[in-house]
Amino acid sequence: MTVPVAAPPASIGDGNRPALLATEAVSKTFGGLVAVNDVSFSIPQHSIVSIIGPNGAGKTTFFNMLTGLYKPSVGRIVFDGRDISRTRPDRITTLGIARTFQNIRLFATMSAVENVMVGQHARMRAGLIGSVVRPPRVRREERAVRAKAHEMLSYVGLAERVHDELAVNLSYGDQRRVEIARALASDPRLLLLDEPTAGMNPQESDRLTAFMRRLRDERELTILLIEHDMKVVMGVSERITVLDHGEKIAEGDPADVRANPVVVEAYLGKQG
Amino acid sequence: MTNATAIFGRNKNLVMAVLCLGGAGLLPLFFDPLSNVTDNFITAGAYVVMALGLNIVVGFAGLLDLGYVAFYAIGAYTVGWFASDHFAAVNGGKGIHIASGALTSHLAGIHLNFLLILLVAVIIVGIAGMLIGLPTLRLRGDYIAIVTLAFGEIVYRFAVNGDQITFADGYKLTNGRQAISPIDSIDLPGLPPFDSAVDLRPYFWFVLALVALVLLVNFRLRDSRLGRAWIAIREDEVAAASMGVPLVKTKLLAYATGAAFGGMAGAFLGSYQFTVQADQFKFGFSIFLLAMIILGGLGSIWGVVFGALLLSFINTYFIPNVFNSLPHKLGLDFDLTVLSFGIFGFLILIVMVLRPQGLFPERRRALELTEGIGAGDSTFEVSQP
Repeated sequence: MTVPVAAPPASIGDGNRPALLATEAVSKTFGGLVAVNDVSFSIPQHSIVSIIGPNGAGKTTFFNMLTGLYKPSVGRIVFDGRDISRTRPDRITTLGIARTFQNIRLFATMSAVENVMVGQHARMRAGLIGSVVRPPRVRREERAVRAKAHEMLSYVGLAERVHDELAVNLSYGDQRRVEIARALASDPRLLLLDEPTAGMNPQESDRLTAFMRRLRDERELTILLIEHDMKVVMGVSERITVLDHGEKIAEGDPADVRANPVVVEAYLGKQG
Repeated sequence: MTNATAIFGRNKNLVMAVLCLGGAGLLPLFFDPLSNVTDNFITAGAYVVMALGLNIVVGFAGLLDLGYVAFYAIGAYTVGWFASDHFAAVNGGKGIHIASGALTSHLAGIHLNFLLILLVAVIIVGIAGMLIGLPTLRLRGDYIAIVTLAFGEIVYRFAVNGDQITFADGYKLTNGRQAISPIDSIDLPGLPPFDSAVDLRPYFWFVLALVALVLLVNFRLRDSRLGRAWIAIREDEVAAASMGVPLVKTKLLAYATGAAFGGMAGAFLGSYQFTVQADQFKFGFSIFLLAMIILGGLGSIWGVVFGALLLSFINTYFIPNVFNSLPHKLGLDFDLTVLSFGIFGFLILIVMVLRPQGLFPERRRALELTEGIGAGDSTFEVSQP
């Protein structure tokens, strides 16, 4: 049971826009290893925010805490005024956070449509008895869920003819698309993308960047991005947080971060 | 494509089920009412029910269960407890009767109508299924198999030693190797009581109805919200949880549903065989059932039906009747039935080498086995209940 808490202080919001998600001094240790150390951070509503940092900086661990796959060792995560630090991943999805994975994790032997239908699991109601008896309510739900899955796949740009193709047989780019469609299918308010442009060529990355803006504007989504491609990060982010060795070393708009000597040092090593 | 083929294509499984079940329903009319063939088919039918139940747990949800015999045992003891004179002293020796039919209404002990017993068996076994599910929730793969194996063995030990376990006024839990017997025949409202000494066919049609039910449940669940969630969990637990599938609830439902059919088949076999004896519930039987679904193709519903029928007939017909003289012809002197499990093991070995996906593989499973995909592993903390 999550206890609703008071809205986070306005200071961690972004001026007139309140924070949709905020972490308060979150740490994660594995044995003696400190993967994330005392990170406070917030995402304003309807914004695109990025987390960057060198390999091993703790970005994905941080992501996994936001989605409930890891529980923070210390600290608190607040989503929409609700403490989700110890909430199960499926409950977090139900509350409105969806994600993709760095190394694509589709259900390989399910078709693209079935993958996206699983994404709607939290929004469906059919139970054991309903699934066997199939009253009209369940049939209607099943039809609607299938139709929505096709709609989401078309929305992310997957050609109609491969909708019923098994995920494992899709091209890499199409698999990325299906993963985003699967995440969108749960009607999230916050979408977490873990290195979505990995393995894409510059044209594909550009298209994805434009698509992220479209998601924010058309679907009123808030997007948190982990990304290595600096062109994408600088082009799309309203705000960037830099992690290094598990700690937040810088935060600000793209121009600030680019000019910050601490960030340059973390990426390139000490100059001179 | 004509309209007829369109309908056939869409409802291929329905058409096939109607043809198979309808054809099977006519089968005993061609044989003597007490024919061995009918007898073998009744046993085979009960095995099909159990195999399809196990298929939900292992084939759909991917939770390897080596203790399925426990559910067979609990189902069988349900009919032993509630349809015999096992608790003879109950109600001052007058017995308790609920819609039990004229034949048993004067007997001591508890006597419930068989349909009620099926219901009670499903409930008890469903709960047992969840109990076995609980300790496996945080485990994966091989470890789940070990826990379920232990559970099967615990239930077997309780069955064997149940005559030493007494409660209330000396009621025994089971009769151990002495068996609880006789058990009431099935007596359905509106039909004459079943009598296996006169006519086996009513039992045949009854088990056929159970098979139809379990087929319906298998097909409908496979293409449902729950079925997709099971396959998702089997493929990648972390991704499934992240997409909103509650792992604990979804896995427990798989265990409970699969177990329920083991319980039904157990209650039916107890009544059909007249007796419930502890040695029916050895570990080997779990493997026997598992062999059926591996032979047919994990997750493939028709494949599992075929595998269950085939192994059942090898067990009840081919080994004792057709090939039993084989050792003698080779100049050896032993009964081939003592080698039954060796023969099943050998069959599984051949299947694993030549066709690991089973005889009629399900498309997904075939992919997993031949292309080495699926079955993602990780150490996330998602399984915490």
